[in-house]
Parts: sequence; structure tokens; C-alpha cells
Amino acid sequence: MTQHVSPPRGSADKVPLTEQLPAWRTLLGRADVRTLSLLGVLAALVLIGGVTKPDEFLDTRNLQLVLTQASVIGVVTVGMTFVITSGGIDLSVGAIVALSSVWATTVATQEYGFAGILFTAVIVGVGCGLVNGLLVAYGGMVPFIATLAMLASARGLALQITDGKTQIVTVDGILNLGERDSYVLGIPPLVLVFAVVTVIGWLVLNRTTFGRRTVAVGGNAEAARLAGIDVRRQRLYLYLLSGLCCGIAAFLLIILSGSGQNTNGNLYELDAIAAAIIGGTLLSGGRGTITGSVLGVLIFTTITNIFALNNLQSDVQQIAKGAIIVAAVLVQRRTASTT
Amino acid sequence: MAPEPPLLSMSGITKSFPGVRALDGVDLDVQAGEVHCLLGQNGAGKSTLIKVLAGAHQPDTGTIRWRGEDVTLRSPIAAMRLGIATIYQELDLVEHLSVAENVHLGHEPTAAGFVVRGKAARVSTAQLLKRLGHPEIDPTRLVGQLSAAQQQIVSMARALSHDVRLIVMDEPSAALDPDEVDNLFRIVGDLTADGVAVVYISHRLEEIRRIGDRVTVLKDGRAVAGGLPAKSTPTREVVALMTGRNVEYVFPERPVSAPGGAPVLEVRGLARDGEFEALDLTVRPGEIVGLAGLVGSGRSEILETIYGARKPTAGQVLLDGRPLRPGSVRSAVRAGLGLAPEERKAQALLMLESVTRNVSVSTLSRFSRGGWIDRRAESGAARAATRELSLRPDNPAVPVRTLSGGNQQKAVLARWLLRGCRVLLLDEPTRGVDVGARAELYAVVRRLADEGLAVLLVSSEVPEVLGLADRVLVLREGRVVHEAHARELDEHRVLDLVMEGSPAS
Repeated sequence: MTQHVSPPRGSADKVPLTEQLPAWRTLLGRADVRTLSLLGVLAALVLIGGVTKPDEFLDTRNLQLVLTQASVIGVVTVGMTFVITSGGIDLSVGAIVALSSVWATTVATQEYGFAGILFTAVIVGVGCGLVNGLLVAYGGMVPFIATLAMLASARGLALQITDGKTQIVTVDGILNLGERDSYVLGIPPLVLVFAVVTVIGWLVLNRTTFGRRTVAVGGNAEAARLAGIDVRRQRLYLYLLSGLCCGIAAFLLIILSGSGQNTNGNLYELDAIAAAIIGGTLLSGGRGTITGSVLGVLIFTTITNIFALNNLQSDVQQIAKGAIIVAAVLVQRRTASTT
Repeated sequence: MAPEPPLLSMSGITKSFPGVRALDGVDLDVQAGEVHCLLGQNGAGKSTLIKVLAGAHQPDTGTIRWRGEDVTLRSPIAAMRLGIATIYQELDLVEHLSVAENVHLGHEPTAAGFVVRGKAARVSTAQLLKRLGHPEIDPTRLVGQLSAAQQQIVSMARALSHDVRLIVMDEPSAALDPDEVDNLFRIVGDLTADGVAVVYISHRLEEIRRIGDRVTVLKDGRAVAGGLPAKSTPTREVVALMTGRNVEYVFPERPVSAPGGAPVLEVRGLARDGEFEALDLTVRPGEIVGLAGLVGSGRSEILETIYGARKPTAGQVLLDGRPLRPGSVRSAVRAGLGLAPEERKAQALLMLESVTRNVSVSTLSRFSRGGWIDRRAESGAARAATRELSLRPDNPAVPVRTLSGGNQQKAVLARWLLRGCRVLLLDEPTRGVDVGARAELYAVVRRLADEGLAVLLVSSEVPEVLGLADRVLVLREGRVVHEAHARELDEHRVLDLVMEGSPAS
């Protein structure tokens, strides 16, 4: 045995300063300037909403609605953040949400009740993620192409299953979850699921070997491989994770809309990627922030809500979203170049 | 004193980055037609200084005079317009474009202002390549298909395609064979004869003696000596200026008794088509075995194949008599192999991450339960490993990209030390590491060997192999042509063996 250094478990050595941040700083992440600026943008939006439509915007029901809408895309964005952090991309998330939501709401599935719908939504999501992961990790396909192919096929399959019709959910257990009676302390169950997914996502990315390997693969895949990390298996797991998040999001969407449609999840890939990028996750990989992604989602959802309340058309919304993405990236590049 | 004002005169240049003062009032004078060498340890400020000169960094204070006039180098293009060209160590060519397209990138000869005249570009590229002594490089070939040495020639052709008066070369000889270095020096001689000034950065003192006119030595962001005569300044004085110490290449002493015991690493008939032929070698615990050979002799390929990063076409690798799975890095790492690769930044380091995370990346499972990382144990262990190697600064929380080359190498070694690896594969361990830090790295490697580690070392610098290794295998064109104890060899003998019968290419 030639062990040169025995790891001093719980050694009395002082932990370096920057690794001993107070809990609230750690929670906000290290990139505090960026996080704080995102919080600032969100606060400004709330202010705008409060000023332009004081009664409607700050109404409890409206705030519940905003958070509920954020939950579906938010869960997708958490998975997307992992994939982007590893240097990949998943363009198929919206299509997977659509396919999961319709497969889980067929007449046959609905016969198995609540559990059947939940199980199907999750399994279909994971299954699509498995195909993506195998193609990327072991088939050597570029993530952009592999997930673009999945986008096309999953949407097609969703259309085939529904024949373009809306599949109404008749299972009471599902429908009840969307009702006000099932709110916990005024918080809709969907929002609770989003919160749990966010917390787990944050912990996995920042505190586990899985998260560390994700960052390593994204930062320098060759170095990760030569350090003994199984890069391909890690990539497979990441697309599985993204698929899992899509399955959960599909389930939330079924609760929210009481139905399954092949047009569900339209352009989710753009929203999720945009939220992750304005949140501070590097598109080139190697750095990712769940906190930033969630703030990105909240910012987008709040904008949509304010525009809707002020009777602005969706074309204006789209233009505003595009402008925000550009502005956020420009601001980030400025802060990045000073550090 | 020159009657004319110097071609370039930089004075009082300062440049700070967050937490680091990279340049602290540097002066540099360059005359037309001279080779001005820039010496200094890594982190002394050489790279920052040449980036200021290239217009890539803006100085915080200080003045730059160009042919007697104050100038501001706002951008690389501004520097290029004045006639300042820079050839970086890490070549900045576009692999998917042809040689001619790379040479004329950004200033293509055009008709009607926008139609690229491809033929004119090819013709002028061919002329430049001929002037550089490499008429065999085809201007239509893709740069990605060229060797490293040829790419450097293309880089130089690009510099010369502008109307240059000053060329900065950052360690141009690092990737070159002796023949190619001779050609490089011939080119430098031609350029200076035409009145072009060359700012030449190298770690190799003997090169500076051969072609340099004057030397400026940088240390800790200051010019500690400016314009020393390159040929007559004693080596001791130069090294003392660079390091603040009176040491030269110092190799640690070998242990009195030869390492014994059964070999820990055994390579049997390992081969890869077109790279190297059936190779046998053994390394015992406590032994340092060196592989000497020219660029292209298959050295790096051999190490990477032993490590499982490349799949062998024949043969096997055994650790303690047990065969490793061919082509599996994970199998090699599990069994106790560690690799410090040639390209540290590209192959070993996570540049966005802290030293701690770079050190712990191969040992994560030891600091985790159920996938959950105990960060206190992790940083404690990383600290212990980096302290054992005297890594500077003594704070593993800093980003690894802020370290000097030698300390980045120590971070890689700490990774394997922490893992408790038994066989260390070192590929060009002192590439880009300055003289002072080299001696320290050699001492570290020898100490690890004395503690029972088996080391397989690859280096293009023959003195390094001879000084550090116990046993040396000489490679030529993928074959071992000689094996001997390092004591029984000298540099001339090794170079003879390496060159003997090699075709004049």
C-alpha cells in the first residue's frame, strides 16, 4: 500500500474563507452579484405589476396563478439546467411533455386511475430521456441533432395518439388537485412539487458527486475522462434526468389543464433554455445555477402575467422576452469580463 | 546608445487583475533589427506584457512609444496596423480553413471590395511559405491536417502577411524538433537582417544565447534587468535574476540502493498500428523510468495507451501481475494508475473550478456517502495533498486558472497523490514550467518515488530524462532502440541514438 496522504476526516484544519460562507450566501450561490441582479429585476417587475394593475396583479389568486404557471416550465428548466451545465442541450423537452401528457391521459391509461396517470407520465418522460441519452452518450450523436430528432418524433407520436383531439381527464383524484380545496396553506400543490424539485435539484448539483461530475464533464470532458470519470454514463444519466423532469412537468400540466393535448409544451425548449441562460448557466457548460434558472423562470412568467393583465397581445410578449434574453446576456458578459 | 529612438519603448506599464498585480511598472525598449529576449518565471508577467503589446489587454498606467510617438493599442487590430504581430504559444488558427485562408484571415485579397480572390491568396501564401523554408506546405490544405510544427509555420506566415516591424514569439520552440528549431532560428535571422525586431520568449537559456541580442528579465511583474547582453551575461546571473536564487537545473540525488522488488507496472508487447511497435517495459516501486525520443517517436501515445485512453492493437498492461482492461481509463485509475498529461489545461484541469475540486475529482467517492459529498473532509484532504507538494498559494479555494504552470502541475500531481496511486505517468511534466519551479518539481517526483511510487516519465528534454530517471528507454519511430541506466548515458549518446538513421524529412 502506498497511500501518501490519509484524508483527515473532520480535521481541525481551518476551512478556507471562501468555502465557509454564511448559509444565506451559500443559498444564493457564489455568483451573488448575478443572483442579486436577477432578484432586482424580479422586484422591479412586481413593482410594475403592482403599479399598473394594483388590484389584479397583487391579488392572492393571481399570484397563485403565476406560481402555478411557473411550476410546469420550472420543473423542465431544472432538468435543462443539468444538461446545459454538462455541455449538452435538450431540444426535445416540449415534445416529451406533450407525449407524456397524452400517453398518460388515454382512455386506457385513465382506467388505472391516479397512479396509472402519474406512472405513465413519468415512465414516458424517462423513456424518451433514455433514447436521447443512448444516442448522445453511446451513439456519439451531437446533442442538438439527437434531441431535435426526438422533438420531431415525440410530437408526431403525440399527434398520432390523440388524432389532434383533447383528451379530457375524468379521474377525480387528479382533478381535485387543481381545486382550491387542496391548497396547502394557500399554496397550490403544483407549486409545492416545483419547490421540492428545485430544492432537490440544487442539492444534487451543489452537494453530490453526481453534480460534481456534471460540472466536470461540462467544464472539460477530456480532463474528466482522464481523471477516471465515466463521461458517457454521466451523459446518459443527465438526459434521463431531463426526461424525468419532463414527465413530472407533464403530470403537473395534466392537473393544471384537466386534459392531455398533443400541442402541450409548445416552445418549452426555448423558455427553459432562455431561463437557464439568463439565470447564469453557461451554454458552453462547466457552470450551472439552479437558483438562477428558477429566478429566470419566475421573471418570464411574471412578464407574461403582467402583459396579459394589461391586455397586451402575445406578439408584444414574445418581442419583450427576446429583448430580455439579449439584455441579460449582455449584462452577464460585462460582469463576467470584470471577474 | 542608439542615435535613433528605439522602435518600441514601453515605460511604467502596470496592469492589475482582481487580486493580482500582473505588471508593476515594466519598462521595455526594443530596437529595430534586434532579437530581444524576454525571460521570467511563469507568473512573472511575460504573457500579460505581450498581450498589452498585442493590444489584447489595456494597461492601467504607463506609456507606449512606437517609433518615437505615443500610441494607444486599443485592440489587436490597432497593434497589427502599426506592424506589431504576435505568435502565441497556443496557436490561434482555424482548423477547418485552408492554410491560405488562415494566412489571410481578416485581410483577404478582394476584388470589388468583397469577392475573395482565392488564387491571389494562394500565390502569396506559397511565397511566404517558401520564404519561411517550407515550400512543401500546400496552401490549399486544411490547417487541422498539419503537424504542430507546420501549424507554427502557418502562424508565422500569417504574421508576415502583414507589413510587420515587430514580431512577438511566445515560446515558439516548445513544440519543435531540433531540425525545426534550426529552421526557426534561420527565419529569425532573416527577419532581423531585414530590420524587423523580434521579441522572443523562451525558457531555454541556450536558445537565447544562440539568437538573442539583448535580454530583459521579468520577476513578479517588474523588469529586474533590462537590455542585458544576451550572449555574454553569465547564466548564473540570469538565473539569479529570475529566481532570486543562485541555482540552475538541479536534479535530486538518486537513492543509494537501486529499487528492488517485483515490478508494479508491466507492459507486454503493447502496440498501436502506425504509432508504436511491440513495447515491453517494467517499472518497480520507487523507480523512475524515462522514455526519451523526438516529437513523433510515439512517446505520448505510449503513455496514453498504457493509461487506457487509447486502445492498443496488441499486447497488455499489467499492474501487480493483473491485466488491465485494454482501452479503459477507469480500469487503469481503479488499479492505481495516474496520468499527468502533456496538455494540462486541455486534458487535466477544470479551469473554471477551484484547486480543491480539481484535486478531489478522482477521489470523490471517498468523501461521499450515498453520493453526498462531505465538503469539509474534501477540502481538508485537498489541503493536505497540496501542502505536501508545497503548492502556492497555500489556499486550495482559489481557482486553478490563477496558478502558475508549475503549481497547476502540482495540482494534477496532488490529485493522484490523494488517490493513493501507485504508478504515475508523467508526460512532459515541466512543459511551460520555469527553471526555478522545475527543480522543485523534480524534487517532488523523486520524493514520491522514494516513498514507493513507480514513475514512468516522458520528456523531449534529454537532460531532464537523464537527470531524473533511474533507467532510460530511447525511442525512435515507435521502437525502443536502447535501454540503459541513466548514469551510463549522456546527452550526446542519447541524441545519437535518437537521430541515427532517421530519414531527412
